Amino acid sequence: MRTLAVLSEMGAMFLFLLHGLVNIFTSTKQLRKIVHQMYFIGSKSLLVISLIGIFTGMVLGLQGYYTLVKFGSEGLLGAAVALSLIRELGPVLTAIMVTGRAGSSMAAEIGVMRISDQIDALEVMDINPISYLVSPRFAAAIICFPLLTAVFDVIGIIGGYLTGVALLGINPGIYFYRIESSVNSHDIYEGFLKALLFGVIVATVSCFQGYYTHMRKDGVGPEGVSNATTSAVVMSCVLVLITDYIVTSFLL
Amino acid sequence: MADHNGWDIRMENLVLGYDDTVVLDNISASLPAGKISVILGGSGDGKSTLLRHVLGLKRPMAGKIFLGPHSLFELSSGQFRKVRRRMGVLFQDGALLGSLTLGQNVALPLTEHTKLDAATVESIVQHKLALVGLDKYADYYPNQLSGGMRKRAGLARAIVTDPPILLCDEPTSGLDPINSAQMDKLLLDMKQHFPDMTIIVVSHDLQSLYTIADHVLVLHAGKAVYNGGLEPLRQTTDPYLRQFLDRSAGDMQTPDLRLGQEARDALRAWLDK
Repeated sequence: MRTLAVLSEMGAMFLFLLHGLVNIFTSTKQLRKIVHQMYFIGSKSLLVISLIGIFTGMVLGLQGYYTLVKFGSEGLLGAAVALSLIRELGPVLTAIMVTGRAGSSMAAEIGVMRISDQIDALEVMDINPISYLVSPRFAAAIICFPLLTAVFDVIGIIGGYLTGVALLGINPGIYFYRIESSVNSHDIYEGFLKALLFGVIVATVSCFQGYYTHMRKDGVGPEGVSNATTSAVVMSCVLVLITDYIVTSFLL
Repeated sequence: MADHNGWDIRMENLVLGYDDTVVLDNISASLPAGKISVILGGSGDGKSTLLRHVLGLKRPMAGKIFLGPHSLFELSSGQFRKVRRRMGVLFQDGALLGSLTLGQNVALPLTEHTKLDAATVESIVQHKLALVGLDKYADYYPNQLSGGMRKRAGLARAIVTDPPILLCDEPTSGLDPINSAQMDKLLLDMKQHFPDMTIIVVSHDLQSLYTIADHVLVLHAGKAVYNGGLEPLRQTTDPYLRQFLDRSAGDMQTPDLRLGQEARDALRAWLDK
């Protein structure tokens, strides 16, 4: 019974995603809303992404150095840091951070709109709530996740440089040469593909949980919004990690 | 879609509820076009449920709802939307979008559905906000306003397209007497400005009923117990209606309101601590 309920929710979420994607292109008026959401999902996440990126790169630099030095291969630190970030940590950590910052906010905002009749008000004004509320968020997430991931990767590589080169004394030329010689377009493609998929997952799960807050059986009103927000974050993170494994296993 | 000569609302053998719970059973009633009809009833008697079904937000378990000549739930999706565009709705708390200013909220139906230029939209919005006395608050956000102001702004948004049907859910609930009287006056002014407009008000405010109603539908215990004019309702001898209209507690016996000895001792110990 529980399995059926999960499958049914996944099916509903997929239809919700299709509905949201189709409605991105319904009107030129969507553009303004998409830009507004890009500001919220993208620009406002830059600081936290940069902060997490620099420290992730610095930790990778430290850990990588002390592992590689055992094999006399510390010159490969640049490649280790860059490949880890571009193929794996960049997309995953960006998705998890944006889930915490923007995904939870999407679920809560739409959930509050649901319980305060604002979504019903849109419907009776003949404004499609999915087109008005959800589609711009989908479009913005699809655009912003790869861009934020790119920022994360670059700042992470700089973080690795700070510990590996500035702190531990690796030759800066070697650091960048190893990056250049080991990272190929396939790695970058894999990273961006993951970022794109994670953007779709986070936006879909977060908007879906908020939109159907009133259907929840584990709480109504503010408690329902709170549970919807928690579900959005937990489910997004779990789906991101599962998708990461599946995509990695196919693309390796 | 050609307009019917009047947008009356008729309900035929309507059964409404949520999940398996029936809230209103076998309701047949008619709310006349061009009049103010008040749907009256106690808390939990299904007034707002009926309104949500008339708005098409919920499907009835059985029966039909006619808006003018159209059976609401037998229309195609496109026709349904066309009928719905003829409704303006004031929700209980205004249901203004929190991320938009009052001006943007009121302008929303126009900016989403028409190609009117910004200056024209602005002028319409100012006019509608002036009608409800909020023209100086166009740049305020809903959370910066009082409940009464939010309701008036909700009314401005509901009438921005001059709809032939206006539905108001508890427009005076939670308002002080002055704000309540102002809301009633606004509805009467609406009727004066738009004589063909069908106005449906869901309420349990008796003062408001006597001020604005042309027609009354009273719901009680899942049934429509009265459907007719205001004057006959005033003269009614029906025991429930009399009790409702006289605000009488009837033969209700108040149980002992005091707490038990054990609870009182525990509370006293806490208060003296």
